[in-house]
Amino acid sequence: MAKQSTFTNMVLCLFVVCLVCSGLLAGVHTLTASAIAQAEQNKKEQAVAAVLPEFDNSPLNESISFSFNGEDCVVYPAQKDGSLIGYAIQSDAVGFGGKIALMVGISADGRIFGTSTLSQAETPGLGAKITSDAKFIGQWKDIDAASFRFAVKKDGGDVDAITASTITSRAYTKAVQKAYEIFKSIPR
Amino acid sequence: MSKLGIFTKGLIKDNPTFVLVLGMCPTLGTTTSALNGAGMGLATTFVLLLSNMVISAVAGLIPDKVRIPAYIVIIAAFVTILEMLMKAYVPSLYATLGLFIPLIVVNCIVLGRAEAFANKNGVVDSALDGLGIGLGFTCSLTVLGLVREILGSGSAFGWKFIPADADGILAFVLAPGAFIALGYLMVLFRKIVLKK
Repeated sequence: MAKQSTFTNMVLCLFVVCLVCSGLLAGVHTLTASAIAQAEQNKKEQAVAAVLPEFDNSPLNESISFSFNGEDCVVYPAQKDGSLIGYAIQSDAVGFGGKIALMVGISADGRIFGTSTLSQAETPGLGAKITSDAKFIGQWKDIDAASFRFAVKKDGGDVDAITASTITSRAYTKAVQKAYEIFKSIPR
Repeated sequence: MSKLGIFTKGLIKDNPTFVLVLGMCPTLGTTTSALNGAGMGLATTFVLLLSNMVISAVAGLIPDKVRIPAYIVIIAAFVTILEMLMKAYVPSLYATLGLFIPLIVVNCIVLGRAEAFANKNGVVDSALDGLGIGLGFTCSLTVLGLVREILGSGSAFGWKFIPADADGILAFVLAPGAFIALGYLMVLFRKIVLKK
C-alpha cells in the first residue's frame, strides 16, 4: 500500500512521474511525427486531385502563399503541359458544430470545378451529409462563379440546402464563395 | 476472486455503461454509429489496460497524498500516445473521434479503476480488470451505436438497408435519441442479463 507522505517524497515522486511521462511522449512523438505529416499530406493530395481536372505537376509543392483580408492563405496551382489549368484553394467557414474546411477547385477561367471537405464537425446524419450527400456535392460541379448567386434558395440564392441543415449549407456556401474571392485576389 | 472472474465481471456484473453508469460523456457523444462506438470503446480499452498495469506496478512507490495527480499524469501520457498513434496510422477514425480522444483522460472509468482496483492489486489482475472493463465498455458502446444507427440512419455497421436517399428517425442520431436509446437498453440489460 501507499507510503507515508512527506514533502520531499511527494515532490520527488511527481517530478519523476512527469519526467518519465514527458520522456515517453517525446519518444513516441519522434516515431510518429513523419507518419502524421505523411497522413496529412496524403489527405491534401487526395482533396486536390478530387477538385481539379487532370494535371501533371505537383500543386502541393508549388503552393503560392499570400495575404487575403489580413489572413494568410495558400493556393495550389495545377498545370497541364506547362500551362495553368486552375487552382485548388483551401477555404473555411464556421458551421453548426465548428469550422468547416474545404478544398475548392477553380479553373483558370473562373469556373468552380469541384469541392471537397477537408474537415468538419457537423451533426452526424444532418449537417455531416456535406461529405456524403451526392445531390448536395453534385451541385458544386462546373459552376460559372461570376454569375452564381452564393446563397441557399431560402435566402434567394442558387444553392439547394441539405434538408434540416440550413446553417451548415450556408457555411459551406460561404466557404466556397470565400475560395472564389481568394481566387480573384491571387497575385499574378 | 478467480482470474476469469476478474475478467468477466467487467462485461456483465460491473458493466461500466449499463450497471456502473460511468463515462457517460463519450457514451452519448460518440455512439452515432456502431463503428464509432466500437472505435471509442477500443481506444478506451487500450488506455485502461496500460494505465491499470502501470499504476498497479508503481502504486507502492507513490505517496498517498499525491497519488491522484500522479495517476492523472500517467493516464494523460497514455492518452496522448494513443492520440499520436491514431493520427499517424488511422487518420480517418481519428477524424471522427478526434475531440473525444483527449477526453479519455478525464473519463471516470479509467481513474475509477485505478483507484478502486489497480492500486490494491497485482499487475496481472489489474491487466485482466482493465481488459474486462474496457471490453464491457466497448460492447455496450457498439450495441448502443448499432441501435442508434439502425433507427437513425437506417444502416448497420455502415451498410445501408433503406433506399439511399431515405432518412431514418433523425432524432436517434442526435443527443435526445442517445438518452432514449441508452435508457431502454439499460432497462433491457437489467431485465434480461441481470434478471432483476
